[in-house]
Amino acid sequence: MTVSAADRYTRHVMGGIERAQAAAPSSLAVLLRDITKTFPGVLANDRVAFEVRPGEVHALLGENGAGKTTLMNILYGLYRPDSGQIFVRGESVLIRSPRDSIALGIGMVHQHFKLIPPHTVAENVALGLKGTPFWNPARVVERGLRELSERYGLPVDPATRVWDLAAGEQQRVEILKALYRGAQILVLDEPTSVLTPQETAELFKVLARMKAEGQAVVLITHKLAEVMEAADRVTVMRRGRVVGTVRTQETSKAELARMMVGREVVFRLTKGACAPGEEALLVDDLWVRNDRRLPAVRGVSLKVCQAEILGIAGVAGNGQRELVETLTGLRKADRGRVEIGGRGVTNASARTLASAGVAHVPEDRLRMGIVPGMSVADNLILRRHHRPPFSRGPLLQAGKIREVVGQAIEGYGIVTPTPHAPAKLLSGGNIQKLILARELSEGPTLIIAAHPTYGLDVGSTEQVRRFLLRCRDEGGGVLLVSEDLEEIMELADQIAVMFRGEIMGTVAAGEADLEEIGLMMAGEARRAPQP
Amino acid sequence: MKRFGPFVFERRLAPSRTTVIGVSVAAVALALLVSALIFWGYGVNPWKAYVAIAQETLGSRHGLMEIIRRAIPLILCGVGLALAFRARFWNIGAEGQVLAGAVAASGIALFSGILAPWLLPAMFGGGFLAGALWGAVPALLRVRFAVNEVISTLMMNYIMIYIVEWLIHGPWKGATMRGFAYSDFFPDAAKLALIPGTRVHWPTLVVGVAAAVVVAALLARTRLGYEIRVVGQSTDAARYAGISFFKVMVWTMLLSGGLAALAGVGEVAGIHYRLRSPTHISLGYGYTSIIVAWLARGSPLAVILTALLFGLIFAAGDTVRVVLQMPFQIVSVLNGLILFFLIGSELLMQWRVRIAAKGERWTGRAGSSGS
Amino acid sequence: MDWQGWLVGIVGRALAFGTPLLWATLGEVYAERSGVVNLGVEGMMILGAFSAFAVAQTAGHPGVGVLVGAVVGGAAALLHAVMTVTLRANQYVSGLALTLFGLGLAGLVGRGWEGTPLRQALPPVTIPGLSEIPLLGPMLFQGQTVLTYVGLFLAVVLWLLLWKTRWGVVVRSVGESPATADALGINVFRVRYLAVVFGGTLAGIAGAYLSVAYRPAWTEGMTAGMGWIVIALAIFAGWDPLRTVGGALFFGALYHLSFRLQGLVAPELLKLMPYASAILVLALVGLRSVRRRGAPSALGLPYTRGER
Repeated sequence: MTVSAADRYTRHVMGGIERAQAAAPSSLAVLLRDITKTFPGVLANDRVAFEVRPGEVHALLGENGAGKTTLMNILYGLYRPDSGQIFVRGESVLIRSPRDSIALGIGMVHQHFKLIPPHTVAENVALGLKGTPFWNPARVVERGLRELSERYGLPVDPATRVWDLAAGEQQRVEILKALYRGAQILVLDEPTSVLTPQETAELFKVLARMKAEGQAVVLITHKLAEVMEAADRVTVMRRGRVVGTVRTQETSKAELARMMVGREVVFRLTKGACAPGEEALLVDDLWVRNDRRLPAVRGVSLKVCQAEILGIAGVAGNGQRELVETLTGLRKADRGRVEIGGRGVTNASARTLASAGVAHVPEDRLRMGIVPGMSVADNLILRRHHRPPFSRGPLLQAGKIREVVGQAIEGYGIVTPTPHAPAKLLSGGNIQKLILARELSEGPTLIIAAHPTYGLDVGSTEQVRRFLLRCRDEGGGVLLVSEDLEEIMELADQIAVMFRGEIMGTVAAGEADLEEIGLMMAGEARRAPQP
Repeated sequence: MKRFGPFVFERRLAPSRTTVIGVSVAAVALALLVSALIFWGYGVNPWKAYVAIAQETLGSRHGLMEIIRRAIPLILCGVGLALAFRARFWNIGAEGQVLAGAVAASGIALFSGILAPWLLPAMFGGGFLAGALWGAVPALLRVRFAVNEVISTLMMNYIMIYIVEWLIHGPWKGATMRGFAYSDFFPDAAKLALIPGTRVHWPTLVVGVAAAVVVAALLARTRLGYEIRVVGQSTDAARYAGISFFKVMVWTMLLSGGLAALAGVGEVAGIHYRLRSPTHISLGYGYTSIIVAWLARGSPLAVILTALLFGLIFAAGDTVRVVLQMPFQIVSVLNGLILFFLIGSELLMQWRVRIAAKGERWTGRAGSSGS
Repeated sequence: MDWQGWLVGIVGRALAFGTPLLWATLGEVYAERSGVVNLGVEGMMILGAFSAFAVAQTAGHPGVGVLVGAVVGGAAALLHAVMTVTLRANQYVSGLALTLFGLGLAGLVGRGWEGTPLRQALPPVTIPGLSEIPLLGPMLFQGQTVLTYVGLFLAVVLWLLLWKTRWGVVVRSVGESPATADALGINVFRVRYLAVVFGGTLAGIAGAYLSVAYRPAWTEGMTAGMGWIVIALAIFAGWDPLRTVGGALFFGALYHLSFRLQGLVAPELLKLMPYASAILVLALVGLRSVRRRGAPSALGLPYTRGER
C-alpha cells in the first residue's frame, strides 16, 4: 500500500466514523478522534482516530514506537493529549487521570505489571477501590475475587504475595483487578510477551468470554499471528499515524505487514552457510539462582562454536536473563562450568570476562549499555577503558581514544551531531549501534546479545542483524537471546529452547519446525541431545 | 507541553550552560531577597545592611583578604566534596574530616618532636592521612553493610567533635583561659606563613588551588576519574562495565576526606596555632562546602569561584555581627536559603518558556475544537 | 547498691529521653513509608523546641507551647514537601537545607531567650492505680509527662493504621510503587504531602517536649543531633511503629547511660556513644537480606508521572 492509499483508507475510516457518529454514536464503546500527543523531540500520536465496539476484540497493531501504547495511555488517563476528543459510549468525556477512566469502566493491563510485589493479591486488587471498608479492606475483596476468577477462568489465590507469583499468574491478577472495577473496556498491552503458546491460547479463551459478556477488548500487539487469531478488527499504526482499520477476515498477514512497515518486508536476510570452528563457549551443567534465591538456571549445558550463531528461544522469564548475567560476570553460579575459548572462566568477574574476549550487548541498553549523561565518545570506551590502548597506567590516552571514536562512528553509521553530545540524545537505533561498535570492533571471541532489536524501528533492526551476521562471518561465536522467534529463525544456525531454566532441546535452524519449538517453549516436549 | 495564557512550557532534553548559570545566579539573588526580609524583621534596614557589608568586605583590602581567608577551607573541602558528589557519594562528613586533620596536625606539632623544615609537611601529610581514613570508614560501611552514607558521615562528625572535646579537656589539656579549654600553643616551626599584614595563610591557599586543578585533571584524564563519573551516573552501567564499586568508593573517600582534613590543618597551623573547641576551628565549613560544591555543579575549578562567594558570606557574617549587632547565625540562614533556591530551581531548568505561536493548541481540553 | 532504685532510674529516664525520639521517629516512619526521606527532622525539632518555649514562656501555659511547636514543625515540613514532591528536588539535599536553615533561624531568633528557665513546665503525671504496683509502678507509671503516654498510645494507633486499614495500604503502596498507585487513581502527591507534613508535626512535638518538658529551658542547638539519630532509628525499626518504641527506648537508655557512667569514663567520650551506636545499629541492619530490611522500594526517589 502506498502512502496515498493509506491516506485514502484513513479518510475512508474517518468518514465511516463520522457517519456512524451522526447516526448512533452510543453504539461505540470508545471513540478517539483526532488525538495528537508530542513528547520532547517525538510526535507520538498524529491526529489518530480509533474506535472500539462492545463485544469485539479490536487489535492495535504496529511496531515498537508506532504510538499504540501512548494512545491507550491517553485513553487510560496517564497522559493528556495535546488535542483531540474522547467519547465513551457516545458521550464526550474529559479524562484527567486513571481515576476518571476507571470510573468510566476502562481498565488496562500494562506490559510492565503495575502490581506491588510485597503486597498480597487481594491487597493489590483492593488498592484505591471505592467502597472498601476502612478496616481490613482486603478481606472483602477476596470473595468477589474468587467469583470473578471462576467466571472468567483465571485461577489465582487471593492470599499469596505477588512477588511469589509467576509472570502468567501476575497477569491474571492484573486482568482480575480491572474486571473487579467493572471494566467494560479492557486494554491489554502486549499481553502475550510473558506467556507460552499454551498460556496464550488460554488468554484468548478468556477474551472470547469477555466478548460474550459484551465487553470491548483492545489488544495492543506487534505479532501478526495473534491479530489474525484473536481479533475481529485491527487498526494498524505506523510512526504515530493510523494507516488503516480492517476486519481480520478481510485481510492477510502479508497485507498487515505491509501496512505496518510501509514497504515489502524482507522476511529472510541472506545468510551464508555456517562453517563452525573451534568452541567459543562451553557451558556445562550450570545452576544459577535468581534474586529470590530460587533456581533460575537448572543444569544448562550448551556450546557455541566460532563463526556460529546459537539462538536461545523461549518466553522471557525462563532463566535467560540469569544465564546471560552469569556468562557476563554479573551473577554468580552455584554449580557448573563455563569455558571461553578453552579457558575456564566460571564465576569470573565482569572485567575478567571482558578481557577474555566476551562482548555483551545488554537487554537494557539505556540503563546498562550506556551512561546516558556521558558523551558518545566516553560511552564508546566503556567496559574497555582500563585496557591499553585506551589507558596506560592510571591515565587515559586521549589521542588514541579520539581516533577509535572517529572510526567507530563512521564504521557503524552512528548518527550524532558531535562525539561529545550526550548519549541520551541519540535515537534507540543509534544507541544500539554505539553499543555494537563498542562491543564488536575488537574481534571478540564470544558475543552475548540479549534482545538486541527490542524496541527498534525496522531500519535499525535490519542494520543490527547485519552487524551480528558480519561478526559471525568474521569468526565470532554469537549467543543470541531473543523473544522474537522470527528473529531467531532468521539469524541463528542452531536454536536452543529454554523453559523453566532448562534447555528442552537444540535444533539446527534448517530442520526447525515451528510447532515443535512452540511445544518446547511450553515445556511440553523435549529433544534428546544429539551425540 | 503545557500552555498558560500566552506562554508555552516545553520540556528540554538537556539544559544549556547559560541556562544553568542564569538559574544559579537567580537562585542566589532570590535568597538575598528573602534574607533582606529577615534583616527587616530584625529591625535593620536591609539596604543599609547590604551596603555596609559590601563596604566592609569588598571595599577594603582588609575585607578582601578576609574573604580569601574564609574561602581557603571552603576550597579544600569543596573540591573534596565535588569529587564525592560526582561519584554520588553524599559526604556530609566534611566537618568531621576537617577536625580529623586538625587533630592529627596538632598531635604532630605538639608531640612528634619533628623539627623544621619537616614539621609543616609532616603536619599536612599526617592530616591528610587522618582525614582520608576518617572518610574511608563510611565508604566501607556503605559498600559492605549498605549503611546510608548520609547518616554515617553525619554521625562521624559528632564522634570527631567529641573526640576533640575530650582531647582539649583531657590528655592534651593546655592552659585554660577565661574558662575555655585549649591545647598548648604550637612551636613556631608549626606555624604557617602569612601574607604580611593579613591573616591569610597562603601555603594552604596554594594547596587548595593546586588541589582543584589536580582533581579536575583526575576527573577528566584518568581511569579513576572516568570510573568515578560512570559510578556517579549509572550504577547499572558501572556494574556492566566491570567497575569495582569498592575501589571507586574507597578511593573517592580517601581523597575527599584527605582534602577536607587539609583544611583543618590549615586552620590550626595558620590561624589558631593550637587545638581548641571544635566550633571555633570549623565554623560550619564542612556543611557550607556542601553548598559550595553543589553550586559549582561538581566542577573542581568552579569550586574556587563558589568558595569565594561563600567566603564573602562568612566575612559578611562578621560584619553583621560587629557593625550591625546581629547574630552570626544569619549566615546559616542565608546558606540554607541559597541551597533551597538552588535545588528548587533544578526542575525549572528542565523546562523552557516561550511565547505561543498563533493557533497553537491547548492541552487536555478534550472538548475544544482541534482540527 | 540499691539496684531497684537504679533500675527504676534507668527505665524511667529511658522512657523520658526516648519520648522525643519516639515522636519524631513515628513521624519519620510515616513520611518514609510514603517514599519521602526527610532529613530536615533536626531542623523541625529545633524550630519546634524554640517556638514551643517562646510561646509557653509568654503565655504561661506549656500545652499551648506544644501545640505551636507542632504547627511550626508541620509548616517546615510543608516546605520540604513542596521542594521534594512538587519541585522534585533531591530529597536528601532538601532536608539538609531545611536543617541548616532551621538551626540558623532558631539560633537567630532565639537570642535573648536563653538562660531563663521555663515559668511553667509540663508537669509529670502519676497514673492512679497502676503506679502502686511494686517496682513496675514507679518505673513506668510515675514521673513521666503526658506526652510520653500519648506517644506510646500513638505508636499503637499508627501501627493499626498502617497495617490494618485502607489508609495504611494506600500509604505503603505509594512508597513501594507510586506509578502503580497513580495508575489506580490514587493521588500520589496528596498522600506524600500529608505524610510528610504529619511527620513534621510529630517532629515539632518532639522538639517541644525537649524545651517544655524534659529540660524546661531554651539553649541554642539543644537537639544535639537527635534528629539524625531519628533517621537511623527509622531504618533500625524497619519502618514499623511498634518496633520504633523498642528502638526509642533503647536509645533513650543509651543516652541516660552515657550520663550515668560519667564517673568512670571521660564525659566527652560517653557523649559519642549514641552516635557510634547508631552506626553500629545500621551496620547490623545491613547484614539482613534486602527483602527482610523492609525499606519502601521507592524511598528517596521523586515521582514524575509517565516520564519518557
